Amino acid sequence: MSTSTTASSIGQPLSRIDGPAKVTGRAKYAAEHAADGLAYGWVVSSAIAKGKVKAIHEEAARAVPGVIEILTHKNRPHVAWFDRSYRDQVAPPGEPFRALYDDEIKFSFQPLALVLAKTLEAARAAAALLRIDYIQEEPNTDFENSLEKAYVPPKKRSGIPAPASRGDAQKALDEAHLKVTADYASAAHHHNPMEMHATTVIYGSDGALTVYDKTQGSQNVKSYLVGVFGLANDKVTVRNPYVGGAFGSGLRPHYQVYLATMAALYLKRSARVTLTRQQMVSHVRRPETFQSMALGASEAGGLQSIINSAVTATSTFEDYQENVVNWGVGAYRCADAAADYKLVALDTPTPGDMRAPGAATGMTLFECAMDELSYAVGVDPLQLRLLNYAEVDPISGNPFTSKALREAYDIGAERFGWGKRPSEPRAMRDGNELTGWGMATGMWDATFQKTSARARISANGGLEVATAASDIGTGTYTIIAQVASETLGLPTANIDVKIGDSDLPASPIEGGSWMAASSSAAVQLACQSLGTRLFEAAQDLDGSPFKDIKFEAVSFNDGRIIAKDDPSRFLSITDIMKRADLPSLEVVETAGPGLSGMVSQVKKARATHSAIFAEVKVDDELGVVRVTRIVVAVAAGRILNPKTARSQIMGGVVMGMGMALHEESMMDTRFGRPMNHNFAEYHIPVNADIHGIDVIFVEEEDKEVSPLGVKGLGEIGIVGTAAAIASAVFHATGTRVRKFPITLDKLI
Amino acid sequence: MIPFSYIRAGSADEATAAGKEPATWFLAGGTNLIDLMKETVERPARLVDINQLPLDQIETLPGGGLRLGALARNADTAYHPTVEADYPLLASAILAGASPQLRNAATNGGNINQRTRCYYFYDVATPCNKREPGSGCGAINGVNRIHAILGASDQCIATHPSDMCIALAALDATVQVTGPAGQRSIPFADYHRLPGDNPSKDNTLQPGELVTAIDLPDGKFTKNYTYLKLRDRLSYAFALVSVAVAMKLEGGAISDLRVALGGVAHKPWRRPEAERQLLGRAPDDAAFSEFADALLDGAVGQGENDFKIPLARKAIQRALRQAAAGTPQSQVDKRIA
Repeated sequence: MSTSTTASSIGQPLSRIDGPAKVTGRAKYAAEHAADGLAYGWVVSSAIAKGKVKAIHEEAARAVPGVIEILTHKNRPHVAWFDRSYRDQVAPPGEPFRALYDDEIKFSFQPLALVLAKTLEAARAAAALLRIDYIQEEPNTDFENSLEKAYVPPKKRSGIPAPASRGDAQKALDEAHLKVTADYASAAHHHNPMEMHATTVIYGSDGALTVYDKTQGSQNVKSYLVGVFGLANDKVTVRNPYVGGAFGSGLRPHYQVYLATMAALYLKRSARVTLTRQQMVSHVRRPETFQSMALGASEAGGLQSIINSAVTATSTFEDYQENVVNWGVGAYRCADAAADYKLVALDTPTPGDMRAPGAATGMTLFECAMDELSYAVGVDPLQLRLLNYAEVDPISGNPFTSKALREAYDIGAERFGWGKRPSEPRAMRDGNELTGWGMATGMWDATFQKTSARARISANGGLEVATAASDIGTGTYTIIAQVASETLGLPTANIDVKIGDSDLPASPIEGGSWMAASSSAAVQLACQSLGTRLFEAAQDLDGSPFKDIKFEAVSFNDGRIIAKDDPSRFLSITDIMKRADLPSLEVVETAGPGLSGMVSQVKKARATHSAIFAEVKVDDELGVVRVTRIVVAVAAGRILNPKTARSQIMGGVVMGMGMALHEESMMDTRFGRPMNHNFAEYHIPVNADIHGIDVIFVEEEDKEVSPLGVKGLGEIGIVGTAAAIASAVFHATGTRVRKFPITLDKLI
Repeated sequence: MIPFSYIRAGSADEATAAGKEPATWFLAGGTNLIDLMKETVERPARLVDINQLPLDQIETLPGGGLRLGALARNADTAYHPTVEADYPLLASAILAGASPQLRNAATNGGNINQRTRCYYFYDVATPCNKREPGSGCGAINGVNRIHAILGASDQCIATHPSDMCIALAALDATVQVTGPAGQRSIPFADYHRLPGDNPSKDNTLQPGELVTAIDLPDGKFTKNYTYLKLRDRLSYAFALVSVAVAMKLEGGAISDLRVALGGVAHKPWRRPEAERQLLGRAPDDAAFSEFADALLDGAVGQGENDFKIPLARKAIQRALRQAAAGTPQSQVDKRIA
C-alpha cells in the first residue's frame, strides 16, 4: 500500500489540531473539570525544612464557614504500608514521599495539611488561619558546602547507565601534552510550567474515580493510585487530555494527586487540589550540579584523556540519579576516559527529571570545558570538535544508526558565518558592547518504548486513533493525526485522536524524547493493520475489483482503496463498510523494539545531535548580556512536522538561555527554603531577552532507529545551548564564568 | 486570602474617614495589594475602593508644572503628550518598569505606595520586621542579592522597588495628600522614609491620608536626562540598580543636576549636596567619578549584593554620560547607550 502527499502528510507543517480548542478555552486542564459537590482543597505547606509537627491548631480554620474537613497526619485515612506501593515507573531508589503520613518534616514546603471546603475561597481563608507548632531541627540544604559528603548511590536508578570509564585516564592525563582542568556548577532549576500541578477527582455514583491530573503519564498515575489506596483496577481512570507544559515535572505522581484522591475517598465526594505558584518549588527540581573535568590533549588538540566527575543533589529519602557524566566521556573520540558520579543528600524534596535531565547540565558543562581546551590548544572551537569527531560511539564502540553531526556543524557554521570569527577574545567591539561568538555540541538519546495503539473506523469513514500517550504541548495529537492520515489516506478532518486516558492502549510516559518515535510507530502499525482488514473486507465483496490483486498492489488515497496500476479500480472506504455491513472495524497493535528493521541498542548506538552557535553582546562596563543570535542545526532523523518540531527546538533553546543567564533557585540555607518562589523573582527569559533563533533540521535518513526514522526532539534544544552562550561570553569579554547562571555581577 | 469587607468611597472625604480605621487599605489598581493579600502578607479587615474618585486627571498647573492624578494609570501617564514632551525622564522611568498589562492597571498613587519585593517580606514562613515588627530580618545574612546598600538599618535592608519614583525624586515632585486633618503637600524627598527602627512604615502618610495627586514642578529637563535601569533580565525585573538623571548644561558646564538611585535603598536615593558640588563643572569623566563616589559614600554590602556598589558606581557614571550627551537610555532597545 502507498499514499500520495497531502497537506496533512508526514513531514508537512500542519498546525496543531488541538490548537483551536486550546486558544478558545474548550480544552479543559486538570483543575477545570466541574463536578457536583466538589470539595476544594488547599494545601498548607511546612514553614520549616526539618523537624516534627508538634501541634496543629485547627479551631480557627474549622470555624470558617464552608470548611468541610481538614486532613492531617493525625486523621488521614489508611494508605499503603510498603514503599513498593508508592513506586512509579520513573521513581529513583529510596522511600517515595508520602504526604500527611506522620509528623516528620523532611523539606520546606512539605504539605502538612489539606483544608477542604465548599469553595476555594473558604479553603484558602481557613488555610491561612491554621497554626502549626514545630519542633525544629537544623536542616542541611547547602549543596556547595556539602560536596565532601558526596556518596556513590548504593542502588542504581533504572534506566540510568553507570558511569562509563575506559583505559587509564589518569595515566593518559599525566602524559598528555596539554591539560585543562575546570570545575563548573549549575544552579537548581524549577520546572515552572504554565499550568500549576492540579488534580480534580470525580467521585462516581458507584464509587469509581475519574482523576483529571496534570501528569505526563496517565497510566503511571493510575498504577500509583491503585497501589497507594488499594483500589480495584476498574475503579479508577486517570485522564490528562491537555497538559499545560511540564518539562518533566509531571513524570512522577506528585502529592496533589495523592491528596485529591485521598480527599475524594475519605469524603466520598469529588475533590480538587491545585498547587499555588509558590508551591511549585515544593515537589521537584533540576538538581544543583557540580562537575569537575580534566582534559588532556595532544599539541594539535587530539583528546588523549577525559576525566569527568559530577555531583548532583538529592533528597534524604530517595537517591535521584541522572546521566550527567557519560555525555562528556561519550561525545568525542578519546582512548582513555574516566567518569564518576556521586550524590549529596539535602533536606529538600527529591529532585527530578527536567528537560534533558543530566545532559542539559552534564553535556553543557562538558562543552564549556571543551571551549577552554580550544583556547589552550589554540585551535578554533569548531575545529577542535571536528578533530575529535567520534565516528563510532566511544563508550560502546558500536556504530551509530545515523549521525549527521558533521553536517550539522557545517550547515550551522555556514548559516552563522562562523568562518569570520576572530580567534582572540575581546576582538569585536561596537561602542560600549563587546561581541562574542561561541558554539557547542548537543547530544541526547534517541530511544524507543513499547507502545500500543488502537485504530477504529466507523461506517461513515471517520477514523479514531487512540493510545494512552500525553501531549504536554509538544504536538503529539498532531503528529499522530498525520501518521494516521498518511497511512490510510484520510484527511485529518476525518481523524479523531484520542490520548490522555489510562483506559486507552498502553503507552509510556511522555518523556525522554521517545514519544514521537514510539507513538508514531504504534499508530502506523495499527493503521496499517486496519488497512489490511479493510482490504480483506473489500476483497470479500461481491464483484470486488480487488479479487485478483494483492494488498501490496493497492494504495489508500482520498478515502479510497485504489489499484495502483489501474486507478479506475477503486472502492471508497464508506462503500466497503456499507456493503460489508460493518458498523465499525477496530484493531489494536503494539509496536515494540525490533519492529520493521529497528536495530537493537546492543548493536548500534542511537542518538540525536546538534550544533549550536551563539552570538552575544556584552556591555563591557556594566556586564549586561544580550543574546543577539542563535543558530542551531539539529540532526534528529525524520521530522514528522517541521512546525511543531521547530517549536520544540526554540523552546529548548530559550530554556537553555535561561539556564545560561537567569535561572537559579535561591536557597536560604539557614531556613532550608528556596526564597525566590514566584515568577517575579525566579527569572526565565522574557521576549526582550530573545532575539533570532534560527532552527535548521539536517537531513538524516535512519531506517534503523525507529520504524518511521524518527529520533525525537523534546530535549535536544536545551542541550549545549548554555555552553554556546557561555563560550560566546568568554569570547566577548575574556572572562570565564564557571558558575551558572551568568549574571551581570560575574562580569563587572 | 482572608475575608475582608469592601466599600466603595463616593468622595475623598468618605475615603479618608473610612481609611483611618484600623486594618483598612485603599484599593486603587490593586496590582500589588491583591498579590500581597493572596500571600497573606497583607491581611486587611477592610478595603476602601477609591477607583470612583475623580482623581485620574493629568492637567497643567496654573503656575506652571503638571499635576498627575493619583488614579491616572501608569500607562496613561507615560504616554500623555505633556509628560512625553516636558517630562520625558518620567515617561522613560515608568516604561522601564513592570509590563504593559501592569502599567495599564497600576495607578500613580499606587505606584508610589508599592511595597518592597524583599523575598522575606513576601514569605510569611520567614521573619520580617517590615511585615511583622519584632520578628527579625530574614534578609540580613540571608538571600539578599536585591537588597539595600545605602540607608539600611539593622532592622531592615529592603529596597523600594518603583522605577517611577526614582524619576519623581529626581524631578523634585510633590505629593498632594488629603486626610482627616485636611490637605497637605509632601516634598518627594520626605515622602518615603528609611527603615530605621520602624521598617513597617514605608512612608510618612498619616492614618487615613490619601494621595490625591503628584505635582511636577515647571523646571523641564527635556534634553539632558536619562533613566538607566540594570536588572537580572532585560525586561520585567526589578532594578538591581537604576539611575535617574536630570541635568542642565550651560556654556559647557553643569548648571543644574539631580540624580536619584533606585534599587539601592528603602527610598529613592539622592544627595543634593553632592549634586551642588558639580554645578559649574564640565560634564567630564573626572566630575562624574567624583560624583559617583559622593553619592555612594557610606555604601555597605550585605554579602550577596556587594556587587551593587561597584555596579552602581559604573551605572551612575554611564547615566551621567548618557544625560550629558543627550542620548537618554531607550526603554525599547535594550542595548545600553
